[in-house]
Formats: sequence, C-alpha cells, structure tokens
Amino acid sequence: MNAEAPIRFRLNGREVSASGDPLRRLLDVLREDFGLTGVKEGCGEGECGACAVLIDGRLVNSCLVPVGDVEGRSVLTVEGFRETDRYRAIAAAMEETGAVQCGFCTPGFVMAAEALLRKNPDPSVEEIREALSGNLCRCTGYHAIVYAVRKAAETGKDLW
Amino acid sequence: MRERTAHAPRPEPRAYQPPSLARAYQPRSLAEALRIRGREAVIPFAGGTDLMVQRRRPTGLTPRFELPALFIGGLEELRGISEGDGVLTMGACCTCSRVLEERAAPPALRRVVEEIGSPAVKNRATMGGNICNASPAGDTLPALYALESRVVLRSERGGRTLPIEEFILGPGKTALAEDELLVAVEIPTAWPGRLFYRKIGTRRANALSKLSFLGMASNRRGRLVEARMAFGAVAPTVVRSRRIESGLRDAAAAELAERTPEVLELYAALIKPIDDQRSTAHYRKEAALRLLRFFLQRLAADL
Repeated sequence: MNAEAPIRFRLNGREVSASGDPLRRLLDVLREDFGLTGVKEGCGEGECGACAVLIDGRLVNSCLVPVGDVEGRSVLTVEGFRETDRYRAIAAAMEETGAVQCGFCTPGFVMAAEALLRKNPDPSVEEIREALSGNLCRCTGYHAIVYAVRKAAETGKDLW
Repeated sequence: MRERTAHAPRPEPRAYQPPSLARAYQPRSLAEALRIRGREAVIPFAGGTDLMVQRRRPTGLTPRFELPALFIGGLEELRGISEGDGVLTMGACCTCSRVLEERAAPPALRRVVEEIGSPAVKNRATMGGNICNASPAGDTLPALYALESRVVLRSERGGRTLPIEEFILGPGKTALAEDELLVAVEIPTAWPGRLFYRKIGTRRANALSKLSFLGMASNRRGRLVEARMAFGAVAPTVVRSRRIESGLRDAAAAELAERTPEVLELYAALIKPIDDQRSTAHYRKEAALRLLRFFLQRLAADL
C-alpha cells in the first residue's frame, strides 16, 4: 500500500475508495473526504467514543483506525444509520427523555446503542451502562441516555 | 509442549535495501506477513489501540509511523482459539471481545479482559498487542504470568516457544526478533479454580491501571494445594515469585495466617513501583500489599 493505491471499502452501503496515506485516521477520511461530520473528534485517543462507527457491525473508535486497515470492510456512520427505523426509534427515545443537550457526543452514543441492541435487544440497565461505558457526555449526567436506550428497546421491540 | 528450536535469537543483519515507498502492508496470509517482516523493518499492527495513541498528532494530521505498518489484525490464521492436550491456544490477534465470547477462555483472563477497556476498545485491542506492547501496566500480563502462558513466535526461519516471563524483558522491551511475529499464546488448562482480581484505576472503562493484583489458588482437605500471585504496574515487569508461592504449599489455615507477615515482607522487597501521572510509588506499594494480605486472609478463611 502506498500513497497512490486507492483503498476500497463499503461506506454506508456504497462502495467507495479513499486515496492518500493508508495511515490516515478513518475519522479524518470520513470527515474530510466524505463530509460525514456526524463523526466527531473528542479526545483523539479512544477514550470518549465521539468518533464511534460500526466496522463489520462492531463498534470501534474511528480515531484509532488507519484507513488502510478498513480495506474490504463495511463502515457504518450515523449518516448511514439515520435512514433506518432503528435509528428513528433511538432518536425518538432520546428526544423524549432529554438525552441530548449540546449534541456533540450524541452520534457516538447512537452508534453504541445500536451496537448493543443488535446483540442484545432487551438489555438491562446494567448492560446498557456497560455498553455505553466508552462514551463520555459532559452535559446530561448519563441517566437520560441510559433511560433512552431502555425506552428504545421497548418501543422498537420488533426492530432488533 | 512444542519443542523449542535452537535457532539464534537474532537474524543475520539485513542487506541494504532501498527505502520502500510503502506506508503500510495488508498481507493476505501469515506466510506473506512473515515474508514482508523478514525482508523489511516494519511495525506489526494488530488492533492499533496503543500504536495509534502513541503516534497521534494534532487534530487532522496523520499519525507519525517511523516505519511502514504491517496490518495483521485481520489475518484469520491469527484469530482462532483451539484446545487440545491440556493446552488452550489463542491466536495473537484474538480481540478482547473474542476472549469474552469464548467459553473455553480461562476465567482469570476473562476477568482481566472485562475491565480492560470500553466495548469499542475491546473490539479492536488484541492479546498479542497487549503482550508485545510490554507495558508495565498491561492488564493481561498478570493473568498470563499466573496462567504459566507461553508465547509462540514465528519467522521465515522457523518457530520457537518461550515462557511469557522470558519474552517480556522490560517496559516496551520483548525478546521478539526483528523478523519474527508473535502468532499465538499457549495456556495450560490445569489452572487452579479459585480466582481473585482487583484492578485499581480511575474509571471503570478505559482507565489504565494504577496497579493490579491477581491471585489464584486451589485447596484440598483443608490445605492449600497451590497459590499463584501476580502484581501488575508495580515494577518494570509483572511481579510473580514461584519461590514465595512454594513456601505456602500444603499450608492449613493456621499456618497460612502465621506465615502471612513473612510473605508480605518477601513481596515488599520485590515490589518496586514508580511515581508517574497515574499514581505514586508509595500508594502503589501500600495498595498492592494490602490486596495481597486480603487475598491471603480470604484463602485462610475458606480452607
């Protein structure tokens, strides 16, 4: 892999290719090359979860992934997820419980919630806290977010 | 147990090669990865959860890798888990999530991996990465020492197997030769049944350890059969002493209680922590010895 060879992967359901250094962070490629600014940079070292995306269905922090390492894989960001009923169930639950304040951390929390509900459609509060433990929020105090995920599991019962 | 081959630990110096234009390699097989590793100086890259943080630059800039990265995290040959002849073999690129999903994984390792990071980090971080990073605070290491693990190394010259304590040489230093890759970890499955683990860090998810303590034990008819104790982040490498452990063999409750002060003193001489941004030497030593005392008291109470 050198700077000229394009890196091909699936992004929100479309085949795409990225050029340039294969060691660029997936986070930067998503924001700068593809304009997907729902992916946020908080800490840049995997502590805060604001840049979380799903790669082959698993939650990862895109600040810690070089784009060359996603060749042939499938990446889902909040922009791709937005088109689904599951997203709508999570978004409605977050609105209702007041789980969004400044909103910076929200896309990461939405992706972490989706990763959890895919594996476990009926999680306990403890399981929700564990699943969201890599996401930091400086506004809400977390309870509203945990409650929102529980609510989404109930209102979207048949979606996961 | 696999034979240890007698090849020299260091390969011949490499002939001069013009600098490569490649910034990263994505080999399709272990054989191809070993070929690249044997030909050129590269940085083996498994999950990247440490490498990317160590090399990060300000927002928007590409991390600075001094050598091309060799992406091995996706190689299926390095991601399997198998069991046979009393040994569990885990591929070096098994992620923490994979360890937690695997029923055959040792409870001690599962317990440690549960607290190693958030779900997103567990989905990327690998066993091999945690070992080769050789951080004094590497959380899998006390478990791997207590489980008497061996690491399996491969190069185009052949393979060799080393006990974990001979592989880890110091902070960031391992016995990995420059043409070798760590391909698997072997864990004898005859581990003692009782487990005690405490990690002391600032946050449940994602915190690096200030220190950790892992104890394992088994007993029969009111006597201790064996006890294993390993301390993380209180010295350049994991502290475990088979000599001190053997002094506790066959002890009944009263003897164990009687020997506890002496055991604490022996470990106190081996525990040599440092002050750093996460904690102080004084706190680390005090907390480590208190955890040890608590573990020994619990053992005595249950005999």
